Amino acid sequence: MLEPINVSLESLNLITLAPMLIAIAGGLIILIIDLLNDKLHKTLYVMLTILVLFIDFGAVLGLNVNERGFFDVMLIDGISIISQLMIIGGSMIFIPLALTSKKFHEYSYPEFFALFLFMIAGFQFMVATDNLILIFVGLETASLSLYTLIAMHNRKNSYEAAVKYFTMGALAAGFFTMGSAVVYALTGSVELYKVAEVLATRVNETGLMIAIFGSSVLLLVAFAFKISLFPFHTWAPDVYEGASAPMAGYMSVVPKIAAFVVSIRIFGMYLDLGIEWVRWTILILAVLTMTLANIMALVQDDVKRMLAYSSISHAGFIMAALALDTTEGNTAIFLYYALFMFTNLGAFAMLWISRHKKRRFDAGHDHPYEKFAGLIKIMPIGAVVMALFMLSLAGVPPFSVFWGKIYVMQAAVNAGYIWLAIIMGLNSAIAAYYYLKLIVYMFLKDPVQEVETVYYNLSKPLMVIIGFATVATVAAIFYVQPLLSYLYYMISASGY
Amino acid sequence: MENILSILVFFPAVAGLLGFVVDKNSIRAYGITVVTIEFLLSLLLWFSFDTASAGMQFVEMIPLIPDMGISYYLGADGISLFIIIMTTLMTLIGMASMGETKNIKNMIITLLFLEMTMIGVFVALDAIIFYLFWELSLVPMLYIIGAWGGPLRIYASIKFFLYTFTGSLIMLVGMLFVAYTYHSLTGIWSFAITDWYALVLPVDYQLWLFAAFFVGFAIKVPMFPFHTWIPYAHGQAPTIGSVILAAVLLKMGTYGFVRFSLPMFPDASVMAITPIAVLSLIMIVYTAMIAYAQKDIKQVIAYSSVSHMGIIMLGLFAMNAEGLSGSVFQMLSHGIVSGALFMLVGMIYERRHTKLISEFGGIAAVMPKFAIIFGIMLMASVGLPLTIGFVGEFLVLLGFYQVSPVMTIIAGTSIILGAVYMLRVMKFTFFGPLDNEENKKLKDLNRRETWSLIPLVAIVIWLGVYPKPVLEPIDNSVKALLSFMDEKAITQEAKDMIRVAKSSKEVK
Repeated sequence: MLEPINVSLESLNLITLAPMLIAIAGGLIILIIDLLNDKLHKTLYVMLTILVLFIDFGAVLGLNVNERGFFDVMLIDGISIISQLMIIGGSMIFIPLALTSKKFHEYSYPEFFALFLFMIAGFQFMVATDNLILIFVGLETASLSLYTLIAMHNRKNSYEAAVKYFTMGALAAGFFTMGSAVVYALTGSVELYKVAEVLATRVNETGLMIAIFGSSVLLLVAFAFKISLFPFHTWAPDVYEGASAPMAGYMSVVPKIAAFVVSIRIFGMYLDLGIEWVRWTILILAVLTMTLANIMALVQDDVKRMLAYSSISHAGFIMAALALDTTEGNTAIFLYYALFMFTNLGAFAMLWISRHKKRRFDAGHDHPYEKFAGLIKIMPIGAVVMALFMLSLAGVPPFSVFWGKIYVMQAAVNAGYIWLAIIMGLNSAIAAYYYLKLIVYMFLKDPVQEVETVYYNLSKPLMVIIGFATVATVAAIFYVQPLLSYLYYMISASGY
Repeated sequence: MENILSILVFFPAVAGLLGFVVDKNSIRAYGITVVTIEFLLSLLLWFSFDTASAGMQFVEMIPLIPDMGISYYLGADGISLFIIIMTTLMTLIGMASMGETKNIKNMIITLLFLEMTMIGVFVALDAIIFYLFWELSLVPMLYIIGAWGGPLRIYASIKFFLYTFTGSLIMLVGMLFVAYTYHSLTGIWSFAITDWYALVLPVDYQLWLFAAFFVGFAIKVPMFPFHTWIPYAHGQAPTIGSVILAAVLLKMGTYGFVRFSLPMFPDASVMAITPIAVLSLIMIVYTAMIAYAQKDIKQVIAYSSVSHMGIIMLGLFAMNAEGLSGSVFQMLSHGIVSGALFMLVGMIYERRHTKLISEFGGIAAVMPKFAIIFGIMLMASVGLPLTIGFVGEFLVLLGFYQVSPVMTIIAGTSIILGAVYMLRVMKFTFFGPLDNEENKKLKDLNRRETWSLIPLVAIVIWLGVYPKPVLEPIDNSVKALLSFMDEKAITQEAKDMIRVAKSSKEVK
């Protein structure tokens, strides 16, 4: 006879689910409001989204470190808290980019904002668990919403982008499930901490190495797609080009943070087991990614494609930090993204304000370098601000990305990988060229077309966002210390 | 004013920010006032400087990112003091002598930011702060060359930026490694140079780190074979750009060697004497020959400036007080003299819109003042006794003679070669028949130009006759540096090579 199963409510620790539920409830509320009155303006939805995220942010801040909940599938450790904070914070600063002076198709649908919130809930599930199934569920929730958000941009190449991203995402999801299946077959568990325990006892069994190798390769391929590592990066430039600038900027930061957190959990486990070739595979992929993406970025004619390749290259930088498997290396990942987020927000916002509603700049590209030629004469402050973002991305001190870069390089040196630090240095030098190219166009050349295109979309809220990004980029030197000590504390508290 | 260094660094930057508000017709007066105040502040620094003391003075330290060991740490000693004064002086004179420029407002503001970064480099005692100003100085210079330069300006400015940026990133890895070593030995993160001085590193570490720092500094100097960016930079830059580039930016490289390489890696430095001396000799002789072959006056001066940087490098690695003091003194004299020469070329370019030697001839007759000042500067550049150029060059050669007489003799040919190419310029430009019709209409220097050059002439002669007030503080710091290096060196060869002057030993 079956024993009745008694589960007490306290043991579920439902508070760990609260942040995601808030985001989902927020999405549902937006849908209900639309049902009641369908003539509401987008500004309402933008502000509602920010408010929901605000509560979400507060709920995450209130969580205790190192707790489990909901049948022990939820894992609230330091990494999951800081990554959730970054995901929510990043979303809060990207969503107001909807407040353009011109009307864009996708923002007139409240579903856009509902999907946006569902996507955030998906990312939060991804980072707040070490259960492979729940990771998969979070990943798919977030990705399916993201594909739709891209497609809603309602341009020929945004459909292309969405379908491309969808196909690649489906392939990655396939790899992920196969990898998880192998892991399950090996260990009989989908909980990473149990997997680690079982693998630790079985790692020396003869004939098992090939299976461990297979599982790690399958999972690595899945996340290489998500993080856009070479040679799985090919979708990224097309998708960025097809998506609207805010979506592209968002994609280069927030989904990658989520993917990196899961990578830290999974590959950190392999590295802790002392499987060196996982480290070397990641390192080689990272070095190839940063170098080849840089070289590709050199030959781009379109600023958005250049930024796409540049963000691939930055992802390579960070992936290298992951392979170090030290507390500093893991801190570097978060510090880098926290600093990179503001600069990238600013750069993509500058592209966004130059976006015409219908007309493309020319047949080939929407944001070619020529579009920004002579910007200093048309919009002096805009040119200076954009130049600051470019210098920051290039790693010129004292702007924000420099501090991330130096921390990654210091982490590499400390872990004994001096060659890696040198490769990072040389890559930064290559990267400087394409960032400088935009500065040269803006400052040293004359305008080529009608001036109105470069500030077509400018509105007060966008100016506030860009101003915020500028301050965060320039004043990084003053907040790096508190940020760093918080991140380091949280990460070492969760044992990474 | 204990925090005078911070004021010196941030005053031009604040003035630059406020400058955006000033009307473009008044911006020149604004700029000149600001840099004059800055110059007076730097003189105040000199007067309140204790010339008898060899250590760091006016030290300020505020922790910025304690977890990484980065702090806002400034200080000045006898070596940096005069380079700071030279920087403010050359910015002042460069700005005052600047002719009609389009977009003058942008130019003045850019110069003010540039001045901040230059002074920042020379007062920084924290490696990251040093690196910060070092990298930041590239941006205004990129803009100056790229916006006001000649036809190839964009190529030249990007080449300038990428060259220096690449080198300094390698240097950054070196810095991170030193910090890591310091941390693993002491358990404390620190980027303070004075902390790093205490590190005694094994010789193989020293060699690698010396190489990493060398790449960063040598590109800036520019050492042969990393010098290929400089003909473009000088050739395309506007006058003010060349003046600042030759007078101050190149000194960052040699200053870096004095501040980092020598005291931190004494053994590696001694081992590097011969290779660096050979590179310096190639630099001296080879670029002097190129200078002779140039058709353009500005290119002659550009190459002669590189050639004289070779003398400075030679002096730095003489490892004795004469060579090092001479070398630091030569940095100042090179700054003043080559800056003045670039200004003079700029003045004639403004009148005739050409810099080709063949276009001129006999203009001493129509421009006597110009010819006299040019002559004096030219003599100083060659190193004629009783000019500023002689003191430094003589001391360097005297110092290096103790290392290798043969190399010193080869380096000594620089004086002869310098005289050859400089006098050739002099002959074909100022003397001979005044046959070009256009040259007959040339106007002599106007009041602004004359008065901006006369202080330089006065300094050239004053320090040529009586260099003691400047040489003495430099000498103190240099001797302290040498005895420090001697104590720190591990290998016997290094201890033998580094000649500590007697006076500083007695003090101890």
